Amino acid sequence: MSKTVKLKKGFDINLAGKAEKTIASTPPSETFAIKPTDFIGMKRPKLFVAEGDTVKAGTPVLYDKMQENVMVCSPVSGEVVEVRRGAKRKLLEIRILADKEIEYETFKTYSGSDLHKISREDAQAQMTKGGVWSNLLQRPFGIVANEADTPKSIFISAFDTHPLSADIAFTLKGEEEAFKAGVEVLKKFTSGKVHLNHDLSGEVSTVFANIEGVENNKISGPHPAGNVGIQIHHLDPIGKGEVVWTITPYGVVQIGKLFLKGIYDASRLVAVAGSEVSKPQYFKTYTGAGINKFIDGNLKNDHVRFISGNVLTGERIEKDGYIGFYDNLLSILPEGDHADFLGWIMPRKEVLSFHRAWGLLSFLNGKNKEYALDTNMNGEPRAFVQTGTFEKVTPMDIYPTYLVKAIMAEDFDNMEALGIYEVIEEDLALCEYVDVSKHDIQEIVREGLELIQNG
Amino acid sequence: MKFLHKILEKQKPMFEKGGKLEKLYYLFEAGETFMFSPATTAGNKGVQIRDAIDLKRMMMTVVIAMVPCLIWGIFNVGYQHYIAIGEATSFFSIDNLLFGSRWVLPIVLVSYAAGGLIEAVFAVIRKHPINEGFLVTGMLIPLIVPPTLPLWQVALATVFGVVVGKEIFGGTGMNVLNVAMTSRAFLYFAYPLQISGEVWTQMAGEVAVDGYSGATALAVANNVSIQGTQSVVEGLSQANNVLASPFGGDFFSFQNMLIGGIPGSIGETSTLMALIGAVILIATGVGSWKVIVSVFAGALAMGTIFNLAGANEFMLLPAHYHLVLGGLAFGAVFMATDPVSAAQTETGKWIYGVLIGMLTVIIRVLNPAYPEGIMLAVLFMNVFAPLIDFYVVEANKKRRLARAV
Repeated sequence: MSKTVKLKKGFDINLAGKAEKTIASTPPSETFAIKPTDFIGMKRPKLFVAEGDTVKAGTPVLYDKMQENVMVCSPVSGEVVEVRRGAKRKLLEIRILADKEIEYETFKTYSGSDLHKISREDAQAQMTKGGVWSNLLQRPFGIVANEADTPKSIFISAFDTHPLSADIAFTLKGEEEAFKAGVEVLKKFTSGKVHLNHDLSGEVSTVFANIEGVENNKISGPHPAGNVGIQIHHLDPIGKGEVVWTITPYGVVQIGKLFLKGIYDASRLVAVAGSEVSKPQYFKTYTGAGINKFIDGNLKNDHVRFISGNVLTGERIEKDGYIGFYDNLLSILPEGDHADFLGWIMPRKEVLSFHRAWGLLSFLNGKNKEYALDTNMNGEPRAFVQTGTFEKVTPMDIYPTYLVKAIMAEDFDNMEALGIYEVIEEDLALCEYVDVSKHDIQEIVREGLELIQNG
Repeated sequence: MKFLHKILEKQKPMFEKGGKLEKLYYLFEAGETFMFSPATTAGNKGVQIRDAIDLKRMMMTVVIAMVPCLIWGIFNVGYQHYIAIGEATSFFSIDNLLFGSRWVLPIVLVSYAAGGLIEAVFAVIRKHPINEGFLVTGMLIPLIVPPTLPLWQVALATVFGVVVGKEIFGGTGMNVLNVAMTSRAFLYFAYPLQISGEVWTQMAGEVAVDGYSGATALAVANNVSIQGTQSVVEGLSQANNVLASPFGGDFFSFQNMLIGGIPGSIGETSTLMALIGAVILIATGVGSWKVIVSVFAGALAMGTIFNLAGANEFMLLPAHYHLVLGGLAFGAVFMATDPVSAAQTETGKWIYGVLIGMLTVIIRVLNPAYPEGIMLAVLFMNVFAPLIDFYVVEANKKRRLARAV
């Protein structure tokens, strides 16, 4: 039964500089990088390549010692130009200089109508070898899915409610067949259903229309309505010992192409957005693209922060950095390292606030006002004082404050009982935004997840 | 202002680790962040933008909500003085303002100074930031004491409240009891002479007119009920009727008690001003409307239950009178809503508020030794708030378990 879920709690952050639906004609990025740190839970990455090696798109570059079959593959063909390591030789980046014409490793191809005949074992072998397995994340913990598991359901969110998010339908235009094929393959892996969740208020784009054998659910509400974690909570909640897999629509398309075309196709559209971008729009490139081509001559000023991903859950990167494996967005914000005279009491209308305390007037601007927010903390860290605000931005039957406190106290029983299996960082990111006492909620959530995983 | 910030930044290394004055770092931090909101930016991972709110602004909102009560209190202290000596003019006269300021402002200053000093000492010793919570506590304490309270007692009560009520638990955010109520309870039990009886009018050495009584409405109600010869409303209307009510009716008429031209603690006499504060707190979302509404609802409900029981005259007092008597309104708006000592779950807030309202009326009516029920009710429910939350959260856990099957 497909369901409709109407959510009320949450908060939309309407930022200036949304990407226009045009594709830039700038020359493509020259270098690409694989960052082992993108794969949460990857403990011991092992390299297959060394500097100077040549690779094709789909050539295995590294794997995690804990999951030996799952390959992370090169998104492009070219030469491995640098292997960057940090303290204690921690592997940070494998940089690859791309060829002009991309060459592909080839895998077995299937026709769309044959796909339902494929066995789980064959599909799994091709996906792990072909670099697309890492698109599958498992709940709890939000880590790369374990091959040995059979999830009780698989969730795909067809819309993204994060600030400045790329329009998924636009980025996947023309990939109808691949998406369909991807879903067909995914069905092999679950004992239950594949859930495809649409925005109730929007139209279902052709990519996601007429997909057979899935639950087409409709979700409405402010952010985080588009987060799979929230959707799982309302449609098929996770109890202790249960596993659900999640995957982005882009990941589904990649799986589809691996079987239809027999290649690891890492090409994708990346949105470059934010108030400091001269012309926010989409760029055609590959996973792990260097951002220098996107920003050359495209910035209003240079005192900015580059963020791979969205402004709530993303990661800061340098101006010669690379987009992360799971991201289809480069957000660019003004850096907020300014001190304001009596800034704690002056009226502020231009800085968005969920609250309405003295002088916070942004609620007068209306919903359509676009904000150019910077990265200032707007205050200092303090002990928990205000109550009830986390609950207002978390559309789940969960008490985030109690959960966070249980994590801080390393109280395993309470973490479990209060719902740690149902959340990952992104689901409580808004709590971090609205927090009066400026805690790093997402970092705390990850600590809690690691405690449970290892404890 | 940039140059000022540069000067401050230049001093900073002295206070940082390894600097000469590193022990005083949090004092410097407090001073600097009060002048300039800090230039720190969000971390590398996670949320890259932060809401415009911070704790200072939230606490200042509460202080601003208290300003109507403070200003009213200043005028009222003056007014009560001049009617007591038979020289009353209009309520909002310059004389009232000057006299009131002369006696109220020193109490405010002493409260802030004594509490601020303790905050600073603990910040240095315990190495935690100076907590903005004291902005609120420092203003709450003057508003809930009589204008005749000796300044040394103000200082002592503040110190006791901050140390025993808060700092021994680890500072703002960790306390179990409301700090200001702890201070007042300390005064009530340590110095009962200075906080009960006819201490509510600052006579400043002058002699009251014949027939004047400085008793509060609650005390009058209690006495009438003990004598049992007339109804409390009648008794109130006859009390102090040598004095004119500034706002129409008898001195202890419902409307005068609602508006607040009566003797009492400095900031709590006017239910109307407390309600203006409530509007500010609710509109800004800083105070929980659930707590405020449920305290009033609880008091009304308990008053009605007593009406039905009707064993004595106090029980028969119309329930709505309880809302304007004593400090109930002020307590409901500014004390019960303290987010740290109140229940923290939304369901819990309803239960917590209703019980405060009911307990206040029970204490008032059934225990003549403690006419001001709100103080004990809030402290009592502060202690029980974690228990209420515990059951609300347990219910949530059970829902989660039940769902899994």
